[in-house]
Amino acid sequence: MEWLANLGKSTLDRFAAVGRASYVLAGSLIAVPQLKNVPLTIKQMYVVGVQSLSIIMVSGLFIGMVMALQGYTILVDYGAEGSLGPMVALSILRELGPVVTALLFAGRAGSALTAEIGLMKATEQLSSLEMMAIDPLRRIVAPRLWAGLLSMPMLTVIFSAVGILGGHLVGVEWLGVDAGSYWSIMQSTVEWNADVMNGVIKSIVFAFVVTWIAIFKGYDSVPTSEGISAATTQTVVYSSLAVLGLDFVLTAIMFGIE
Amino acid sequence: MTSRKSEILVGLFVALTIAATLMLAMNVASKGSVGQGETYNLYAKFDNIGGLKVRSSVKVGGVTIGRVESIHLDPEDFTPVVTLSIVKQYNAFPETSSVSILTSGLLGEQYVGLQPGFSIDDIENLAEGDYIADTKSALVLEDLIGQFLFSRDND
Repeated sequence: MEWLANLGKSTLDRFAAVGRASYVLAGSLIAVPQLKNVPLTIKQMYVVGVQSLSIIMVSGLFIGMVMALQGYTILVDYGAEGSLGPMVALSILRELGPVVTALLFAGRAGSALTAEIGLMKATEQLSSLEMMAIDPLRRIVAPRLWAGLLSMPMLTVIFSAVGILGGHLVGVEWLGVDAGSYWSIMQSTVEWNADVMNGVIKSIVFAFVVTWIAIFKGYDSVPTSEGISAATTQTVVYSSLAVLGLDFVLTAIMFGIE
Repeated sequence: MTSRKSEILVGLFVALTIAATLMLAMNVASKGSVGQGETYNLYAKFDNIGGLKVRSSVKVGGVTIGRVESIHLDPEDFTPVVTLSIVKQYNAFPETSSVSILTSGLLGEQYVGLQPGFSIDDIENLAEGDYIADTKSALVLEDLIGQFLFSRDND
């Protein structure tokens, strides 16, 4: 009997959490846009986007380099090293760019968002804003949500471009693949709508999911030091799982049926 | 002052994104005339399409002018019908044109080669929905080897 009650309780808790998460999202998104919040959003884009730039660019570079190195050793056996360009470009544009950026973003920026909002809640800053008749959803949460939504697709595009340049670095400069075939076969294979834009659409979806989870976990955290630490962990775990799961679904929709 | 600095850095971030997008647009993706813009459809019946796929390219003398839109089997005479979607810009192929399924390189992917035919006054141009009558099927390597072995046995 006891476990049945526990099952019911945890189910109800889940549903309640989904409801609270939707409330946070609606409260911060469906607000009348206020011009005075634009500087706040830019400030958050600096924290969330610009400060993630170095980790994104370094990982993009190395992932492109590793892709080129691995691809070359296999392709050269078949004399097909000309296909290195499209291989690197397609795998980065379609999969690795959006997914790795989202995972890094969850670890680098999502956890920080959760911890920041959680600590604001623990130190009752959010409550004091409400006392002053300022809606913390609009003042604190909305700029962070928008900053995340805007920054992550931008980071993904930069990641992809740097990754392809990294592939060029290893493939062409180091291993001696012909530069002309690297770029021209890439150009004839990669399509703007099917490959580049689908990657960007993926990253917009991931940005939405990761930022939403990060913000909700912070806003909903238990206002103690354990609570904030648990919320930060949950942010990274949940958003990583959500990104990987959604990536499969999106890939199946975009590239599955041709 | 700190907010000014962060604004400048965000501006730099945006500029970097634009540069990356431009790089992807110019160097990585093919924007070209094919894939976008208005197209018209031609149909061709082949005996065997080999490894032709949807989105394979349609070429005239090596220049891509369209893509394979869809492939299906005619339910009555069981021959594959290939729909070719061709850019409107190239809309003056005579009816005597022929199409064949070719392979780029020994192991490369297959594409549709269109050979423009002769045009005399009373020959019309191919238009939306027309069937191209003169088609040559794909070379299937297994058939070729079979024929080769067969002809050797006869000697």
